[in-house]
Amino acid sequence: MNEQAVQGQTARLGSEPKTVDDSSRFKMLFRRKSTLAFLLCVPLLILVFGLIVYPFFYSIFLSLLNKKETRFVGLANYLFLFKRDTFWMVVRQSVLFTFTAVFFKALIGFIMAHLIDYLPENRQRLWRGLALIAWVMPPALSTLGWWWLFEPSYSAINWILDGLFGITIPWLSETFWARFSVITVNIWFGTSFFLIMYLAGLKSVPQDLYEAADIDGANAWQKLIHITLPMMRNIIAITTLFSTIVTFANFDIVRVLTGGGPTNTTHLFGTYSFLKGIQGGDIPLGACVSLFMFPILAVLAFFILRNVRQRVREI
Amino acid sequence: MIIRKTFFGDVHRNRRWALFAAYFFLTLFIIFFLFPPFYMLITSLKTNEEISSMKGFPFIIQQGITLSHYKKLLTETPFPTFFKNTVIVTFFSVLVSMAISILAAYALARMRFWGSGVLATGVFLTYLVPETLLFIPLFKVIGGLGLLNSKWSLVLVFPTLAVPFCTWIMIGYFASIPKELDEAAVIDGANWYQMLFQIFIPVAMPGIIAATIFAFTISWANFLYPLAFLYSNEELVLTVGTVSTLIRGDVMHWGGLMAGALLAASPPVILYAFLMDYYISGLTAGAVKN
Repeated sequence: MNEQAVQGQTARLGSEPKTVDDSSRFKMLFRRKSTLAFLLCVPLLILVFGLIVYPFFYSIFLSLLNKKETRFVGLANYLFLFKRDTFWMVVRQSVLFTFTAVFFKALIGFIMAHLIDYLPENRQRLWRGLALIAWVMPPALSTLGWWWLFEPSYSAINWILDGLFGITIPWLSETFWARFSVITVNIWFGTSFFLIMYLAGLKSVPQDLYEAADIDGANAWQKLIHITLPMMRNIIAITTLFSTIVTFANFDIVRVLTGGGPTNTTHLFGTYSFLKGIQGGDIPLGACVSLFMFPILAVLAFFILRNVRQRVREI
Repeated sequence: MIIRKTFFGDVHRNRRWALFAAYFFLTLFIIFFLFPPFYMLITSLKTNEEISSMKGFPFIIQQGITLSHYKKLLTETPFPTFFKNTVIVTFFSVLVSMAISILAAYALARMRFWGSGVLATGVFLTYLVPETLLFIPLFKVIGGLGLLNSKWSLVLVFPTLAVPFCTWIMIGYFASIPKELDEAAVIDGANWYQMLFQIFIPVAMPGIIAATIFAFTISWANFLYPLAFLYSNEELVLTVGTVSTLIRGDVMHWGGLMAGALLAASPPVILYAFLMDYYISGLTAGAVKN
């Protein structure tokens, strides 16, 4: 990209021969330009500061109050959470949920992107579209469909298992299976995001690299390891980081499918914070729970930002 | 020559087998992805007797198709109100989000002012802030404004989710417009809004469509904010209304519930069926370009 400096632009334009009238109009326009630009950004600034930055700091303030929000209690809420087994279970479950779901989303998305990329050009759109339906449906609503599939007495999945192997599984009422279920639904919902990103990434790898590898007699595995993966390193990194944030902060799926149960074993930070803060009426404690997400989100955001900056520099 | 021929014959046969395998495995994956919506559709068309009987293959309709769940949903439940509320909230959220992001992206892509670089990065950072981090303080803020249990509270908070991403991709689209175009416009005496409305917006239309779809989806599908802020049937939106109100029957009305979920989910699905390519190019533009 060429430089964006307004000064550079005016200087370049000013040097071109033109009438006096034109160039003075120019100067007036550009002199006012930075004020104008700031004014155009005012709605954005109001939104970002009023409804994102201010609430964030307000949240920190709230987390230091007592339940009735009448008294300043310092770090008492944080210390209270540290002593609760349920809270540590939420931490462990959030980590387990995030890593398992992101890993399988990345893996399945990668395999599917390769499969679709292998099809003739005119068929790819249809298959991509079919795979995207899961991602396009509002997750709170599609999870209702999963809930019905897992339903204890009429479960369609159990109907199949019973018919084939004579077993039934308590999908949502036993800790292991409930965790398995919420992770499965998250994989179902989020894989298509990886699929789209990888598919776009695959298209951006220059074909002549593969042709050169063919001439050198490379097999499919070698081409994957030595061409596809290095060329897509950037996109894999940013998609995975981004999906990690979204998965870690998930709310809809767990809330609809298990509501955090059985006995709080499937709660994530988001759902546990909702349970304590909104349902339980303890706003400071809820704020405190959700703030525990912040350090992890900040680390992920740091890596994403570094990645984005790198790409901007490359341009 | 003969050796060459058989070599190519092998390649062709291998290619055919590989293609067959690709279709086979893709079909397995697609069955996994389409199974829940398919089963929701089947359930919504079954009679209550067939749903509650455990006999027979559950994945086909054996006792005749019925539209009674849909009829009941539209006449006897508050579903139409939820639908109307979602349409209103989504329309205004998209309008507000697009106005804010187009103005800001125009300024950030073309003009420099003190702090504009920081602001562009800041906008990207706010995109990474999830709703689960902010819903509790926002609950207090909305309460302070007297907007609890009002659908207009959502018009206020949904732009916080849509604007960062929309601004970010609009900056990209605007920045890719050649500078010669606005130079020519300035020489012709165009002022900033003529430039914006007659050059930038028409030229960056694919980006605007992508951003609009994003804002639409975010507003239509959001579940956490309405769940936290709204409670009465007159104000509820589709996601929360379907999940909470339709479930609270004495008996589980699975048919009606699935009909509601499918109807509520259909507008975004239909939109994507037509505009998928715009959305995907918008989504991947930032990550793939270069």
